[in-house]
Amino acid sequence: MLPYFTDIYGNPSSVHSIGRDAKRVIDTERAKIAEILGAKPREIFFTASGSEADNWAIKGVAAANRKKGNHIITTSIEHHAVLHTCQYLERQGFEVTYLPVDSYGKVSIEDVEKAVRKDTILISIMHANNEIGTIQPIAEIGELAKSKGIPFHTDAVQTTGTIPVNVKDLNVDMLSLSAHKFHGPKGIGVLYARNGRIGDNLIHGGAQEANKRAGTENIPYIVGMSTALQLAVENMEENRKKVQMLRDDIISFVLNNIDHVRLNGHPTDRLPGNANFSFNYIEGESLLLMLDMKGICASSGSACTSGSLDPSHVLLAIGLSHEVAHGSVRFSLSDENTQEDVDYLKEALPGIVKTLRNISPLYNGRKEGNNHV
Amino acid sequence: MKKEYYLDNGATTRPYEEVVDLVANISKNCYGNSSSLHTKGIEAERIINQAKEDLANILGVKPSEIYFTSGGTESNNMAISGSIMANRKKGKHLITTKIEHSAVLEVFKHYEAEGYETDFISVDESGKVNVDELLRAIRKDTVLVSVMAVNNETGCIQPIKEIGDKIKTLKDKPLYHVDAVQAFGKMPIKPQSFGADLLSISGHKFHGPKGVGVLYIKTGTKIEPVMWGGGHQGGMRSGTMDTPGIAGLALAAKMVYSNLDATGRKISELRRSLLDFVKDKFKDAVIHSEHCSLDHIVSISFPNVKGEVLLHHLEAKGIYVSTGSACSSSGKSKSHVLKAMGVAPELLDGTIRISFSEFNEQEDIEKLKEALEEIIPVITIKNRSKVMR
Repeated sequence: MLPYFTDIYGNPSSVHSIGRDAKRVIDTERAKIAEILGAKPREIFFTASGSEADNWAIKGVAAANRKKGNHIITTSIEHHAVLHTCQYLERQGFEVTYLPVDSYGKVSIEDVEKAVRKDTILISIMHANNEIGTIQPIAEIGELAKSKGIPFHTDAVQTTGTIPVNVKDLNVDMLSLSAHKFHGPKGIGVLYARNGRIGDNLIHGGAQEANKRAGTENIPYIVGMSTALQLAVENMEENRKKVQMLRDDIISFVLNNIDHVRLNGHPTDRLPGNANFSFNYIEGESLLLMLDMKGICASSGSACTSGSLDPSHVLLAIGLSHEVAHGSVRFSLSDENTQEDVDYLKEALPGIVKTLRNISPLYNGRKEGNNHV
Repeated sequence: MKKEYYLDNGATTRPYEEVVDLVANISKNCYGNSSSLHTKGIEAERIINQAKEDLANILGVKPSEIYFTSGGTESNNMAISGSIMANRKKGKHLITTKIEHSAVLEVFKHYEAEGYETDFISVDESGKVNVDELLRAIRKDTVLVSVMAVNNETGCIQPIKEIGDKIKTLKDKPLYHVDAVQAFGKMPIKPQSFGADLLSISGHKFHGPKGVGVLYIKTGTKIEPVMWGGGHQGGMRSGTMDTPGIAGLALAAKMVYSNLDATGRKISELRRSLLDFVKDKFKDAVIHSEHCSLDHIVSISFPNVKGEVLLHHLEAKGIYVSTGSACSSSGKSKSHVLKAMGVAPELLDGTIRISFSEFNEQEDIEKLKEALEEIIPVITIKNRSKVMR
């Protein structure tokens, strides 16, 4: 990124060569990203984040199709960038169906089909869940949406760079991604839109991004995102194998060595680096703090909601009780993690769980046969 | 590499070395998600809080009133859309001016198309907003007034304090937004003294990074988010925070304001040197907003010259200027700002904007003077036709 701060510092909208140099860089990177996603360059729109891409896709289609209908289909386990946008639209008079998921976190095609109405203007279903890692049958849902003539958006923020993401294979009309999830910079994302067709604009102003997304382009971050995506894709298979091996090591260790624990998410259709457990009788937050003291960074639920005390909407949707949901922790691995990291975690985790359970009234209550505490 | 004489700092600026180093360093070492509860997250959150505090100090406001965005355009959109949506019950009347940046104008046009009544206030021939006309336009159902602090094409400083002082005294007062994208870093910007409820800033206009901006929101302002999601920044603007960009913006702000007086003196001299030369050599050239402009921006029309031709001839000599604003330059339409000022149609095409930053030196101006003296006579249409005869 560095040369693009100091050497190519122009405003891509300027007509002189310093501006044109910047414009050329953007065009080149746009084409590279398009190729990786199986898209055309004019179908790639740069945004400031995955959240913006989700907001734009959903609000844009909703605003542009108000006359056609006001029904939107999504799921109960979407990221908040989708969920809260849909809730906002509900306050504006739109109707939203939040599809349920099974105990593994999967959406059923039948449920999608049943939810479709004459006035349905959009289906938005995430590619893989950020908390429990479950991968959805996007290509099949896309097929269905196509046959019904309904625009289909997927939030691929968690999957891009991790597993293959090709807009043609996935049968999607719109797709959101975020660079910082694949070792790119924070503050940059993409909205893919088939044939460049999005609904109304979200950010109005200058003529950037084919008159669809105003704002001076963030060239260093665009280059950073493109480079990170190329690296991620080049090494995807190798990384997937490595990360999956480490992840499976954690899963089998935890399930074999710690009692009263549950693996959340799908056993096979899940992100390679995701392991989400519910440790009964303890608070996920306390577990996190003790892991942190040992230099291990994990999370309870998603980072975005970590400030809140409400249990994860995803864990509740797969049928966990509030109590069990509260005791959940997500370990998300990337190719930068090593066996050493995993061994360190394996060494630390049982002791921490034991310590926390020893001070847990719930756990002690259980031992006395009193589950009501 | 050929030497560059970059005189288009109104479009964007080269970031400070220190800013680039900081952005790189934080990207490498403090990569946590500021929403995460663990140490890496807290480290990022601390950097963001420090940036908020630094900006609050510069603006004379509270850190809790600082919100980070992806740039000036998003700040303007968030301020305008957010306050319109939150105050739907109050009314459907909006006020802005004819000379705003497209990131303001286009948002108002969008709401106009949605059925909002919008007054676009005119300016006088110097490019200054007509305060009386604006104040007369305010009604009980006016939701928002939006005025830029400094015009990006002419540099004309707008009477934002005068307008804010009047709005303050009204009973059913509308929200007041100031687009300070072109002004911040070039003059003291104190939203409270302007009476502003909302104020927009963009990082890359003062040697900070692109892709990051600020929206000041006065405590208690009735405004709704545009970006929904994880509830970042108190729910006002969802999206993972760009820690390196935010820190880079704050550092650039501190640096530019610690040097404000010295830079101001330097740029004032560069301006005077250029204007004296233009007045001496090109008697019929028109300098726009000469007496209300910030020193940093010079807008000149040369009769019978095509601005774009002049721009490319200057470019061939390594001198970079612009015609109008960068953001509309791909749109090819004539400047809405100069038109609003009543500039004669034959002058509209012949206008260039020269905009300075602290990185400019007298040498740049000498080079520009030399180039103008050489190019203008050659490309002036009248002269060319004489030669052809």
